[in-house]
Amino acid sequence: MIALMELKEEGYKKNDHESRSFKLEASHVDVWYGQFHALKNVSMGMTANHVTALIGPSGCGKSTFLRLFNRMNDYIDEFRMEGEIRLDGFKIYGKKIEVEQLRKDVGMVFQKPNPFPKSIFENVAYGLKIQGITNKKFISEKVETALKQSDLWGEVKDNLKKSALALSGGQQQRVCIARTLAVEPSVILMDEPTSSLDPISTARIEELIFQLKEKYTIVIVTHNMQQAGRVSDNTAFFYLGELVEHGKTKQIFTNPKHERTENYISGRFG
Amino acid sequence: MNNRRKNRIADKAFQVWGIACTFIGLVLLVIFIGDILIDGLGRLSWDFITALPSRRPESAGIWTAMMGTAWVLVFTTIISFPLGVAAGIYLEEYAKKSHLANLLEINISNLAGVPSIIYGLLGLEIFVRVMNLGPSVLAGSLTLSLLILPIVIVATRESIKAVPGSIKEASFALGATKWQTIRNQVLPASFGGILTGVILALSRAIGETAPLIVIGALAYVPFAPKSPMDEFSVLPIQIFNWVSRPQQGFITNAAAAIIILLLITLVMNGIAVYFRNRWQKKMKW
Repeated sequence: MIALMELKEEGYKKNDHESRSFKLEASHVDVWYGQFHALKNVSMGMTANHVTALIGPSGCGKSTFLRLFNRMNDYIDEFRMEGEIRLDGFKIYGKKIEVEQLRKDVGMVFQKPNPFPKSIFENVAYGLKIQGITNKKFISEKVETALKQSDLWGEVKDNLKKSALALSGGQQQRVCIARTLAVEPSVILMDEPTSSLDPISTARIEELIFQLKEKYTIVIVTHNMQQAGRVSDNTAFFYLGELVEHGKTKQIFTNPKHERTENYISGRFG
Repeated sequence: MNNRRKNRIADKAFQVWGIACTFIGLVLLVIFIGDILIDGLGRLSWDFITALPSRRPESAGIWTAMMGTAWVLVFTTIISFPLGVAAGIYLEEYAKKSHLANLLEINISNLAGVPSIIYGLLGLEIFVRVMNLGPSVLAGSLTLSLLILPIVIVATRESIKAVPGSIKEASFALGATKWQTIRNQVLPASFGGILTGVILALSRAIGETAPLIVIGALAYVPFAPKSPMDEFSVLPIQIFNWVSRPQQGFITNAAAAIIILLLITLVMNGIAVYFRNRWQKKMKW
């Protein structure tokens, strides 16, 4: 939350007709990669302290949509966006936005565990150190808290100096989650966080997501229907760049409004 | 004869051909090194290394040339390392993909293939004459830096390219700026490769003779350089000079100097290999 306050002080422009009801909100968003129209007029909101799952077949634009919220698409050549994305009512594509500040408030966990080739401690401390924090005691406390939150502390507390690359895939992914938590974001974006993990590691991450939503707003892209059903409160189904359906997960899974959604969820295509 | 047998014979034939090709290179190298050792090993002594140049072959040594090589090497490193690495980082991480960037890229690759004597002429005009540095250590180092810059830039870019994009993304996603990401993630992960490239480029630079002769490095310098503005000679020039003398004594001296030059190159390449292996072990993804 502190990070968010700083973020606001450092020049988030207030929106004219501020919508406070959603933590994250996309309105009339279009995205192009060169000639390719990747997202078509997508509007949806994500409620605070809820888990929103983005589902849909490969290439449907769900990852692109996810990466709009921490502006990770900015690095892609020929990326172009129209429409608005708001975080707590503030336009994050505004001219005065400092992308670095935004990313401290909107963390991200990637598809493949991507720890830095450094020690476990250094991995988790990285986000704090690049903010210029040098107080060693403060950093170790934050590292410990983050590792506890990500359910890894018990396994690594005696080996914090060990290289993160020596850990198992599931542990590596939890280091990545801890690293994200250490900078105290309010939103966590997850891009298929369990797709490269075994079922047991997956179950642990899912349990973690369930615990984390008490404090954080979570958006997760997943190819695994059961996972979307287990962890999310709301689900959005994307197809060919369009948002086909968005609603309570229960409703989407038991009583989808669109035939396409039903076909995808029941495994008839995709 | 069925196909399987044919394939196996072709396989065998290529193997034999490959061994033969490898041996040609190896045998020539062995003959060369053996010949040099026979000629020069007897002449090698501490006195030979520390003696100043002389008209009499038996009292001539390589001290001034070796010190010249050392001075030039140090200054070439100081100049080419920061310039080349910074340019490589810029081209790989900051420069937007455009026609201009493409043109720049092709140019740099081509510059690596320009004959070294051309660089010598460039150095003569710009450093020796326009900048009025004279045939000094500094002018020589600047010229050699120009010569190896393209190699350093290309090596830097290749090493940076090998750093997985996922690491950079992770850093950006935590709120790091581009420079923080480069400084904390990209450079540490690619430094072994960059260092290897720089050392190999430098070991090419020590062997260069032509561009230094063009800028006016002397074969006979009575004293080792004491400042970057002093005149200098380097080992290859000394060798070239001795070889062109009629007396057998100087030919022997040249062989002994070649042994020293080979040793220096060998040590540098060894250091390069060491760094490459060490970083490869550390950076496993």
